[in-house]
Amino acid sequence: MQQTNVLEYLEHTVKRLPDKVAYSNESEGLTFAEVYHDSRAIGSYLNSKGYYGEPVVVFMKKHPKAIAAFYGCVYGGNYYVPIDEEMPRFRIDLIFDNLRPKVMICDESTQEMAKTFDFDGELLIYDEVSQSPINEDALAQIRDKQLDTDPIYIVFTSGSTGVPKGVVACHRSVIDYIENLSEVLEFNEDTRFANQTPLYFDACLKELYPTLKFGASTVIVPKSLFMFPVKLVEFLNEHKINTVCWVVSALTMISSFKTFDKVVPEYLHTVAFGSEVFPIKQFKIWKETLPNAKFTNLYGPTETTGMCCYYKVNRDFELGEVMPVGRPFHNTEIILLNDENKRAAQGEVGEICVRGTSLTLGYYHNFEKTNEVFVQNPLNDRYPELIYRTGDLGKFNEFGELVFVSRKDYQIKHMGHRIELGEIEVNVNMMEGISTSCCVYDKEKEKIVLYYVGDLEVKDVVSILKDKLPRYMIPNKVERLDQMPLTANGKIDRVFLKNKYQETKKEKN
Amino acid sequence: MEELLEILTDLHPEVDFETCDTLVDDKIIDSFDIVSIISEISEQFDVVIPAEEIIPENFNSAEALYDLIQRLEEE
Repeated sequence: MQQTNVLEYLEHTVKRLPDKVAYSNESEGLTFAEVYHDSRAIGSYLNSKGYYGEPVVVFMKKHPKAIAAFYGCVYGGNYYVPIDEEMPRFRIDLIFDNLRPKVMICDESTQEMAKTFDFDGELLIYDEVSQSPINEDALAQIRDKQLDTDPIYIVFTSGSTGVPKGVVACHRSVIDYIENLSEVLEFNEDTRFANQTPLYFDACLKELYPTLKFGASTVIVPKSLFMFPVKLVEFLNEHKINTVCWVVSALTMISSFKTFDKVVPEYLHTVAFGSEVFPIKQFKIWKETLPNAKFTNLYGPTETTGMCCYYKVNRDFELGEVMPVGRPFHNTEIILLNDENKRAAQGEVGEICVRGTSLTLGYYHNFEKTNEVFVQNPLNDRYPELIYRTGDLGKFNEFGELVFVSRKDYQIKHMGHRIELGEIEVNVNMMEGISTSCCVYDKEKEKIVLYYVGDLEVKDVVSILKDKLPRYMIPNKVERLDQMPLTANGKIDRVFLKNKYQETKKEKN
Repeated sequence: MEELLEILTDLHPEVDFETCDTLVDDKIIDSFDIVSIISEISEQFDVVIPAEEIIPENFNSAEALYDLIQRLEEE
């Protein structure tokens, strides 16, 4: 029978490899049998309390148990919403506003903080709830009524109005993604992943579900190691890691400090990286160090479940050249639409639009924003068919490969994170004493630069922002202006500010 | 030292880098910061911090970092 539930991956593998460690960190691990037990216990408990089709907040430290908690939510017919202790309080409040959750799973390290949230639902502790009795009948009934279009998770992305948007994904799009990604990257039972990306983004799907599908293993890398490149590579060797799917900045952090002169990854044969341009100079260092490894560039927005395009690096690039994002996964189509909503001609730049099962269900409790970007395919006037408009501009090169060109709006990719500059500005403008603000992005130096007009000191602006925005959204450079430069139409002159920043940069050097 | 403090204060205007000696241990600086700090140092001091020196002990305080720069300048 055709697979309709992501948990079938776990159920097949646990029979074969019950005692193999599925997920681990530097000191602890969970076997497939333990993941299977804990998640079914949690699912049974949620069912016993009548939770079904509900968002379940998982607020735990980054740990194998958090992953088992995710599956527990799905066993109960609910969908998990990962929240992290590093998220600023203000953002968590906004997310709770949007979700109005009835139940939350914590661990010992997060439960005190969880009690301070504006939340009057039920607070569960993982170590208690994972010891609940397993109700086989109830779990079978839930499975029987679940559809593959039912949601399994919500992850939140930056929103230009200052309110994060919750992207809802279902079984079917995740299964479609995992099957096609696994084929391209050739995962198997011997795959040993080192997880870098946070569990509260869809990026971690690449490790979580293929581990279940193949009976592979995922080791969670301690976050602090991403500051210390030699220790990081030693960790990869110690854990015999052969596969990484990391953001580009994590990889360039290693190569740019000549780490490979000291230590080389001994087991690594598959390197996938995504959503950011890999500087060719850094890429060459990786390629020279690991000549036999397979390198794959991945591209895709959260709204189309993980990634939707891939490029297996098969030729050399000149410095300054941009690596293509390649071709869509099987069962996904990329349509480039021009300003007239027609298919862009060969070589013409158009908006990258995605068609297929990989589309997520949309934004949670936000039909307005959903309808702006999940729209009827303008090339089809015969029956309803949704496409997702990414807001990314791209073109096809002479090899028929998709190449990312730029964004249509003020969204940027910074250190692997997707950020709406508008969200930073909204948060600055809300501060008392600030009259206006504007963010620009220095792509070359990877710096977010904030200009503002108002009475607050620079250090106060930064302090306040740190309570409101995630770390990666905090501007790297903040400058106070006497007045904001405006264009003839009375809008903030971003081009002027960008030039101003470039000039001060030159003066300094 | 002045120059170094300026680099650090640019990254985190609200931190007192003259006294803080737990920059890494207390997660005041993260991996993005380390990358920025190293590239700024190489531009302004003309020293390259080798990979084996990128360890917590050298980044916990402005003073430790300054000692490292001086050590590298002498070599």
